[in-house]
Amino acid sequence: VRTSISRGVRSVVAAAAGMTLLAALAACGSDDDGPTSSAGSVTAEGVDDGAELTLWTRAPLELQAKALVDAYNAGHRNQVKLTIVPNDDYVSKVGAAAGSGDLPDLFAADIVYVPNWTKAGLFADITEHIGTLPYADKINQGHLAAGTYQDHRYVLPFVLDLSVVFYNKALYREAGLDPEKGPATLDEFKQHALAVQKLGRPGTYGTYFGGNCGGCNVFTWFPMIWASGEEVLDAAGTRSLLDGAAAQQVYATWRELQNAGAIAPGARDETGATWVAAFQEGKVGVMPYPATLLPTAAKTVDVGVSPIPGVTGGTSTFIGGDGVGISKDSRKNAQAWNFLSWLTSEDAQVGVLAANDSTVARTDLVDNRYAAQDPRVATVNKVAASPQSRTPVAVNFQQAFNAPGSPWVTLLRNQVFGDPASLAKDNAAVTDVLGQ
Amino acid sequence: VTVAPPATRDAPARRPPVRRSPARRARSRAGWAYAAPTAAFVLVFFVLPILLVGRMSVSDWSLFAGNRGWNAPANFTAAVDDRLFWPAVWFTVKYTVVTTVILLCLALGLALLVQESTRWTGVLRTSFLVPSALGLASASLLFYALYSPQSSPLDAPLRALGIADGPVSFLGTPGSALWSTVALIVWRFAGFYMLLLLVGLQNIPAEVYEAARLDGAGPVQTFRHVTLPLLKSSLALCTILCVTGSLLAFDQFYILTKGGPDNSTVTIVQLVYNMAFQGQNDLGRAAALSLIVLAALLVINAVQFRGLRGKED
Repeated sequence: VRTSISRGVRSVVAAAAGMTLLAALAACGSDDDGPTSSAGSVTAEGVDDGAELTLWTRAPLELQAKALVDAYNAGHRNQVKLTIVPNDDYVSKVGAAAGSGDLPDLFAADIVYVPNWTKAGLFADITEHIGTLPYADKINQGHLAAGTYQDHRYVLPFVLDLSVVFYNKALYREAGLDPEKGPATLDEFKQHALAVQKLGRPGTYGTYFGGNCGGCNVFTWFPMIWASGEEVLDAAGTRSLLDGAAAQQVYATWRELQNAGAIAPGARDETGATWVAAFQEGKVGVMPYPATLLPTAAKTVDVGVSPIPGVTGGTSTFIGGDGVGISKDSRKNAQAWNFLSWLTSEDAQVGVLAANDSTVARTDLVDNRYAAQDPRVATVNKVAASPQSRTPVAVNFQQAFNAPGSPWVTLLRNQVFGDPASLAKDNAAVTDVLGQ
Repeated sequence: VTVAPPATRDAPARRPPVRRSPARRARSRAGWAYAAPTAAFVLVFFVLPILLVGRMSVSDWSLFAGNRGWNAPANFTAAVDDRLFWPAVWFTVKYTVVTTVILLCLALGLALLVQESTRWTGVLRTSFLVPSALGLASASLLFYALYSPQSSPLDAPLRALGIADGPVSFLGTPGSALWSTVALIVWRFAGFYMLLLLVGLQNIPAEVYEAARLDGAGPVQTFRHVTLPLLKSSLALCTILCVTGSLLAFDQFYILTKGGPDNSTVTIVQLVYNMAFQGQNDLGRAAALSLIVLAALLVINAVQFRGLRGKED
């Protein structure tokens, strides 16, 4: 009997010890307070002293990130070590690292998540650093605004990804459309898609979209609304305006295309994983598309590029892609700034990004030697500077729009596949989440 | 046939009242040493995480901002009040019932099919078991391609057979998404449960069947009154594994449907994941829901054990 009592006592003691250890662990996790301030004065170039810097980004930007890092490493004593994380794992990986204080020196973030992450204090303040750049006012304003929290700046553009209309020139020719002219209005977009559909070629369709993918349609439908002169969010990013007249026109257009059978099958279940595939296989006539994929798509398809139009004209784009900043956990702020400073330089913007058919993030570099070679790239660069182009800013953007099963996904599915009369209710549900 | 295990025989009266002998103490120390690695493993990878989850569940703990202090029981009420909580519970239960019934019936059928040793049993057993060698995530990706309207190789045969007249939307409606996922799970796990049941079948002594035959029992009677009762413990094991596994379903839905269409295939574990990493970014709430799931699982398994044991006696 005695042994069993002492065993009981022992297990209680062990459990208590475990609890104590746990509490200690928990305390460790929560004791980081704020960014480390960089010592010394802030310069435009930062420090290039051979430090090793870590950089995280997500897989869709692998091509551009690798090109940038290789070019930087070749010309600097600092060396950047790049880690590419699968898209779907990125938020959880960054979250876990932020909790344990293990964020890399630099990390990129989908620009629509940036307001949330800056508010949570994941980035170090680089207001002063950005102020030292002579071309600070030429840097893409959409990205800068998304990375501004309470008048402090935390993020610079890493890679811009814009939405534009891609069309298949071969299919356009076959359908009797002008292969040098993409749709200039929403109605033309519909007519072009229907014309390609009318070819009646098995396996070839007018257009395509991600019917179960919030992010895809934020990226491609919002510009149609902006180009028509309407907004999708109020200035504070807490109220949804997705029930306006132009928005309804956009939904009606897609609904009509769906009913006409002009949307490739699978749109209804498309979660975004194969959203861009059908066009690259030459099976789709015309669809709004990520501009960063121009080099990829051009390998298999004769691609025409035009800006996303509004109901009666106008042009707009979703200035997406990733912003990049110095993490709160970095102890090498001056060295990390050296990378960021170089990133916005002409060497990087034109010499690396434009050379790889990516969009430049500075308005003064839009007309560069590479854009002159390919009018499609020039089109993309130009629309980035259109006054109707936007980067929407909302703290709860992910939850309201991008997350699977978000209220925005419900809204768009009802508009295209279900009962369009639910618009007011669905729009209110988006506002509910934005305002939380 | 009943032989009581030796341990219960000499247990009560004969325990020595004095302290243990040195030899016994050494042996017990060795026992502790042998168990230590496992104990350490369980402590680090099971006990500590559970305690941490407990701590999170009563704290305002955001993914990015970390722990911001106690808030019990706000996380629990918020988790249950989530608009997807009851739909997810209902869907998970429905999925579990459907999967368990289909899987076990099919696995039993397969086991009976390959029970006898004939020329083909080796080939059949292997081919039924092969899908089990594939990771669930890989299998899900395989089926994702199979179900994709753009690349599905199923399209042409279905059309040729006149079953479909256009591209089939395997994941496009709540019903088709559920059944498509069940098909994947049945394909992936039927062989595994077949193996478990096969072992049970082969443990039934041949004499019992002979006696039944001498008594004039037909194949149906033999199955009902001999095979099923003697297979009960194997079936119980399979049921518990299958129910627990299905209640915790995540990978297959995460890859195939992401909970869509229209949130119709959000399982309870997926809801935990969504709370933690998909927008709400609220680890506290996700932890609270995890604990609710854990408690439910404990209750369900206790009921199952009791029910199955009761029937055996």
